[in-house]
Amino acid sequence: MGMGKQGRIAKGFTTNRATAPGRSLTAAAPLRVQSRHRQGAVAGTASIFACFVFAAAAAAQSGYPSPDDLVLSADGTRLYAVLSGTGEVVAIDTAKRAVAGRVPVGKVPRGIAITPDGARLYVTNSWADTITEIDAAKMQPLRTLPAGFEPTGIAFDGRGALYVANRLSDNVTVVDMASGAITRHLISAHGASYAAASADGARIYVTHIYPILGQFRTPPRSEIEEIDARAQLVTNRIALPDAAGVFHVTISHDGRLGLAALLRPRNLVPLAHVEHGWAFGDSLAVFGDDIGGAVQLPLDAIENYFSLPFGVAISTDKKRAYVSASGTNEVAVLDLARLVAAARAPSAARMANDLSAASRYVIARIPVGRNPRNIALSADGATLWVANRLDDSISIIDTARMAVSGTITLGAPATLTAQRRGERLFYSSAVAFGSSFGCASCHIDSTFDGLNWDLEPDGFGIDIVDNRALEDIADTSPFKWNGQNPDLETECGPRTERYFFRSQGFRGDDLEDLVSYIKAIPLRPNRYRAPDGELTPAQERGKTIFLRTNRKDGTPIPEGDQCFVCHSGKYYTNQLLADVGTGKPTDRSPLIDTPELTNVVNSAPYLHDGSAHTLEEIWTIFNPKDQHGVTNDLVKDELNDLIEYLKTL
Amino acid sequence: MRATIIAVFLAASALFAQDLPRFRWENFSTANGLPDNRVYSVCVDGGRIWAGTDNGLALYENGKWRVFTTADGLAHRAVLSLALDKNTHTLWIATLGGLSRYSAGRIDTFNQLNSGLPNDVVYGVTVQGDLVWIATAAGGARLDTRTNQWSIFNERNTPMYEIWTYGVSAAEDKVYYAVWGSGVLEYDVKTDHWLKYDDPDGENEIVLFKDQGLIHEITTSVSYVNKILWAATYFGASRYDGRNWRNFLEKDSGLPSNFLNQVKTVDGTRTWFATDKGLAYYDGVQWATYRPALDTHAPEMLVRDAAGVVTHVPVTTAPAYHYMFGIDFQNDDIWVATAKGLSHGIRIKPGEK
Repeated sequence: MGMGKQGRIAKGFTTNRATAPGRSLTAAAPLRVQSRHRQGAVAGTASIFACFVFAAAAAAQSGYPSPDDLVLSADGTRLYAVLSGTGEVVAIDTAKRAVAGRVPVGKVPRGIAITPDGARLYVTNSWADTITEIDAAKMQPLRTLPAGFEPTGIAFDGRGALYVANRLSDNVTVVDMASGAITRHLISAHGASYAAASADGARIYVTHIYPILGQFRTPPRSEIEEIDARAQLVTNRIALPDAAGVFHVTISHDGRLGLAALLRPRNLVPLAHVEHGWAFGDSLAVFGDDIGGAVQLPLDAIENYFSLPFGVAISTDKKRAYVSASGTNEVAVLDLARLVAAARAPSAARMANDLSAASRYVIARIPVGRNPRNIALSADGATLWVANRLDDSISIIDTARMAVSGTITLGAPATLTAQRRGERLFYSSAVAFGSSFGCASCHIDSTFDGLNWDLEPDGFGIDIVDNRALEDIADTSPFKWNGQNPDLETECGPRTERYFFRSQGFRGDDLEDLVSYIKAIPLRPNRYRAPDGELTPAQERGKTIFLRTNRKDGTPIPEGDQCFVCHSGKYYTNQLLADVGTGKPTDRSPLIDTPELTNVVNSAPYLHDGSAHTLEEIWTIFNPKDQHGVTNDLVKDELNDLIEYLKTL
Repeated sequence: MRATIIAVFLAASALFAQDLPRFRWENFSTANGLPDNRVYSVCVDGGRIWAGTDNGLALYENGKWRVFTTADGLAHRAVLSLALDKNTHTLWIATLGGLSRYSAGRIDTFNQLNSGLPNDVVYGVTVQGDLVWIATAAGGARLDTRTNQWSIFNERNTPMYEIWTYGVSAAEDKVYYAVWGSGVLEYDVKTDHWLKYDDPDGENEIVLFKDQGLIHEITTSVSYVNKILWAATYFGASRYDGRNWRNFLEKDSGLPSNFLNQVKTVDGTRTWFATDKGLAYYDGVQWATYRPALDTHAPEMLVRDAAGVVTHVPVTTAPAYHYMFGIDFQNDDIWVATAKGLSHGIRIKPGEK
């Protein structure tokens, strides 16, 4: 958020007071130094821009199958894969290793669950906020059930209830399968995304891709919710200190051992020690009765990182576990007895950052396709299926040989677009030192990570920056909170090479591909704006405040302090720097890039350094002198109205 | 002859008293693990008991107290009111420093800086489906837990002229606020309209028009069940059935005092009152008071029958103290928050001693 003064470095800039949201200032605004840079870049990548218009509209359904989640029928004869790119579910005949059927579902499907008898499938449609019920034998949709905002993970308790992790609602909805109605909203945590049921259905476990918001500049923390499915209540929150992104979770057949893939970000120290593993710890949470608590064990090895662990599976006999690495395109094979022994060791708590520890329990790392997401293990443990999202394929691993024995292709277009190539780069960790992390390590699922980072080698605690969302940012230059990158080519090229990856950067065609992908990352549906655009009374009142030019006492508000002046145009940014009084003594400059406000409701924390946990705090704490828009004459209910309006942008 | 009549009368009174709830009281204090003896609120969640004290939140489970403080994320040490979301067993916690939410071990806090809460002095809270209704020193508020939308209700959008809301009670059709100094405010869910109920005597401390409206403007608590509203004030109690008001004063009812901190009705008729002089119960006809005697501190149970005759029922235990703040029910049992400890009234069955 950067609602406030502008023009302090934009010499000659004259604001257009009549400009309202929806009307761009671009044409009227003289270009500043940064903007001139951007102009040159645009000219050089005209074709990319031309493509973008089409791509943004189509990006939600890319045309590439993009398998994400997998589930096996109990008898093992069918494997079902959610294709988030084409909005389908495919059935795979596991004997023939071939696609046996397809069924369209809703927008951007992500998660899938199956009934124990194999008769019904349930798929979360993350952009439609619904669940599609499917007749698995006929591969036909039956019902559309409700969910929360951006339903992602889904689990079935075997008794008649579905548990859905809603990424943007931060809750778990319980859906009664008989009536098709939501019966409960269980309090989860930020970015609730993945869910798994114990084999007996008695317990459901839920993880989150974003950390729980804590005190500014304190270590991140996350949790795994344990839900008693009989009572349909959260009964335990398994604490995961120092963890942020937590992905798939699984429970052993006897219910005594749980595993969850997670990231341990080192966001509190300058990102200058990548070679020491101080960017991310790619880890595994090991929890349950077998452990007597929860510990985190590393999957990384020295100069051989296991980037972005994502899918997890435990064999029925509890001898092995498998974890996919979506950044380094492999699957790790873990000896469970050794893993449990390590987790129980007195030194387990210290092992979380020990890059030599994984050799104790990781017995193999099997290369698979690009961006492996979830995995599914056959009941006999002989075959592991891996969804290679960015190869549009499924790898079949012979677990005895610990090697890929086959690949099923899912019907990707013959040609690979620049966007798709860029997406592969975005999700690959190959470019960083030791393949330790990639763009998607921070921009989880092309969003953000809810963290603030100490990125540059400028000293401890200098220029802390909040990780910004990437939705629909193509026309929002400059980039970076200090506005120093006039275009995405600069942001993603030399800058990432120098300040992030410390190995090599994206160059030439790769850079163009990557930028074309980022520019095509679409805006997710706004959940607070009515489909017909009509505002609620509170939103309407908030809009009036957003557009006001006078204080409540009738005195005029200086142009630079009017909300809609800085936050103008289609993206609610005038694309200029401003000092809105939020700079800290540790910031090298108080000038902050005015951020776009589209879907701002989803991207907490706020301000350039992430010091505001909520939209309210931007004004209740960080705007004492009305430098970030005139807000101190507002009473609390008016501020609430303003926020209700901002949520619709 | 006269002696016989008196004997029969006393026997009849004793019989009536048998119908009134009798309890064996167990009291909890810091000696048992409570963080403070000043207990403002109590909330029953099945077999678990939550107590809001002047020094933190306490949970009684499996015979032990567990204490939650600001170090655990609680908004403030003084916990004034508690409300349970019976669907999710989430506990909403009203404190002098904001509103907290407890769910399975995690406490999240909403205050006037980080949320749309109008004021950090939160006196009351209640749950209505996905909505949480809150009473603060700067108006009422409603949080929609599905959308995280906060709505504020104050003098600008309701008929209240004081914004010091003290208590709130919600049912499917109506929400009532006890507004300290501004009577009772009614919100009609269907019409989205507010209505105000005032003392027809204005701000007079005397009752000129009894049973013609609310007993007093300084309301402290409301309880709305089965379309019956009960309002507690510092000057008596009122009952409203949507058409008629009926008021209760110490001088003409079994209330031990006109100074009421909380009213909580079971079904609209059977109703309990936390007063500064004991716990009172009204079954529609008779009254009972439970307390340590104000002078001797000996256990005391008083029964007032329909004729106004007061009798003492012999008891061996009493609540921890006569100054009472809060009430909640656990099946036939009752829990009472007092200024000197938390009391559990274990129901004595008819015929049982």
